Amino acid sequence: MYQYDEYDHKIIGERVAQFRGQTERYLAGELKEEEFLPLRLQNGLYVQRLAPMLRINVPYGMLSSKQLRKLAYVARHYDKGYCHISTRQNIQFNWPDLAEVPDILSELAEVEMHATQSSGNCIRNTTSDQFAGIAKDEVVDPRPYCEIIRQWSSFHPEFAFLPRKFKIAVTGAAEDRAAIQVHDIGLQVLRNDAGEVGFKVLVGGGLGRTPILGSVINEFLPEENLLSYLDAIVRVYNQLGRRDNKYKARIKILVKAMGPEQFAAKVEEEFQRLKEGPTALTSEEIQRATRFFPQPDYAQLDDTAADSDLQKLSDDNPAFAKWLQRNVREHRQPGYAAVSLSLKPTGVAPGDITDSQLEAIAELADKFSFGEVRTTHEQNIVLGDVRKEQLFELWQAARSGGFATPNIGTLTDLICCPGGDFCSLANAKSLPIAESIQRQFDDLDYLYDLGDLDLNISGCMNACGHHHVGHIGILGVDKKGEEFYQVQLGGNAGTDASLGKVLGPAFGAEEMAAVVQKLIDVYVGQRVDGEQFIDTYRRIGLAPFKEKVYAKAD
Amino acid sequence: MPKLIKDSAIAEDNWQLLAASDDASTEVPAGQVIVPLNVWHAQKETLSQRADEIGVWLDSDQLADEIGDDASKLPLIAVNFPGFMDGRGFSTARLLRERHGFTGELRAIGGVIRDQLCYLKRCGFNSFDLDDSIDLAAAIESLNDFTEGYQASVDQPLPLFRRRA
Repeated sequence: MYQYDEYDHKIIGERVAQFRGQTERYLAGELKEEEFLPLRLQNGLYVQRLAPMLRINVPYGMLSSKQLRKLAYVARHYDKGYCHISTRQNIQFNWPDLAEVPDILSELAEVEMHATQSSGNCIRNTTSDQFAGIAKDEVVDPRPYCEIIRQWSSFHPEFAFLPRKFKIAVTGAAEDRAAIQVHDIGLQVLRNDAGEVGFKVLVGGGLGRTPILGSVINEFLPEENLLSYLDAIVRVYNQLGRRDNKYKARIKILVKAMGPEQFAAKVEEEFQRLKEGPTALTSEEIQRATRFFPQPDYAQLDDTAADSDLQKLSDDNPAFAKWLQRNVREHRQPGYAAVSLSLKPTGVAPGDITDSQLEAIAELADKFSFGEVRTTHEQNIVLGDVRKEQLFELWQAARSGGFATPNIGTLTDLICCPGGDFCSLANAKSLPIAESIQRQFDDLDYLYDLGDLDLNISGCMNACGHHHVGHIGILGVDKKGEEFYQVQLGGNAGTDASLGKVLGPAFGAEEMAAVVQKLIDVYVGQRVDGEQFIDTYRRIGLAPFKEKVYAKAD
Repeated sequence: MPKLIKDSAIAEDNWQLLAASDDASTEVPAGQVIVPLNVWHAQKETLSQRADEIGVWLDSDQLADEIGDDASKLPLIAVNFPGFMDGRGFSTARLLRERHGFTGELRAIGGVIRDQLCYLKRCGFNSFDLDDSIDLAAAIESLNDFTEGYQASVDQPLPLFRRRA
């Protein structure tokens, strides 16, 4: 993992001091509400329905056990004993006291964490693949570049007051697990035929009110040009992005209005004037960043022997077998596996985690996975480097901790925003819908038979629950003060990304579990060998689902 | 005489700002005057004679290119922020300094607030005309909210990665 040096500590320390001063001036009435608002947002602090919400950055999802313990401490001492993993890999506290936020940020700075630019109209935390550095299909580890981007984007003096928020995601694998097509900038690290590292650059993707997939504006940007090119993109956006209407202010609207070719030309023109400048990355800097992400000290293990032992354990223990099947993933190092700890047991808000669970995961990380974990955009936690021979022991420990629900990638591993229970933007509650669906599909054998299925729920069109890219997407809407839910089908966040289509008129909350059941029944009835839900949908289209769901009762 | 922050100190403002007008041929008064861009463009020949007396102000939607190479000959350019959330002026300032060779007084006017001073300075502003309600002596402290930055900027042309030991 990246380790701060004296410069990083100094900069973050100065930020904490700055925000402490701003908070004091606000509380003393010296800083106006409307002026404090963007300043607190740029330090991660929202004001929600019931209390402030503080969003802490988890840069590209990496956390150490030490940081987990600090988060547990913060949850216990400054909050109500739990926190929430967001769909952009960050950590949210729902009940901090505004006056104590500078203290929280100071505590976090001790473990090299911050909330800088985790909201507001600025460059947000860069997200990545939760299997970075360990995935078999990875071409280049994206994390060194993510860290380079983190530093470039933090306190960028030119880009702190953009037209709107700005999100960057980076992947380095064949399969896109970072949703780069629905980010303001999506970057895919790759190698060209000569073996040189560079980036495919996408721009103008996004969800929200105007969901759109990003356009490729550069097929291969050499790695040394990364920051100059990002400067060029964001500068063009800062100058030309709309500021008259907040719903038309994202870069996607600008790219759409100009046309991707025209936008690319404008960026290229700016980039040509910047590329020879001092922001060009040096090979020393790339090497420096890369050194923070070495291959862990893996043992040389016999993969075949490990697999055969696992097979025996599975034969004797069906529950373990299910967990292995759903929550354990292959690893590029023989004898190792990546394990997803599910934060989606039925009855708990998806992505919520308690202080003692954070500490329990820290223990597991220290014992089984080199002291590191990764948060995922599906709101779970991954132990990246677990010896297969220790999986059974880990499973038992994870079970007692409450995060061994064997549902990763299934319908009940749903993505869900905090919704109307917490969020002041929401049109409708999302958590009770999630729970009603989880209860409807509580039979694990049935759930496994349904295979991989992404069900995403957002409580409003801001789309924090990524409903547009769920195979089944649910959007909370408000109709004359009542909460309704619109269903979309056919979205997908992966490499072959697509946006869902609206099924038809919205439903009441109490109908939702039954509606999802009907959709699943259509899939089960129509699927042909080995098809996942999304495959069947793409083959048969919306009509059969619509027909079934809106059919008059017999 | 109104006060502003200039070169990290409280200073008197000797300049008069000519408000925006559709009439580019409007008369420019005597003394030190900051004129709107359209007035500059229309009356450049005569105004150039007054060398050190004439500055130009750009509104937030007037990008640095629109003044272009004229910048290098002017003693002062002001950039207007209609509200402090409108961040276009940050790019304008950098471009004036880094691309158009402007070395004179670069002044932030309009809605800027104390908490932006450090970033404004890093983008090349060296004078700040803040709202009258702001305590300038206290605000000066915010120029140095950060004493180190990761990025290349006008006041530190080398990004941190080129300076790290």
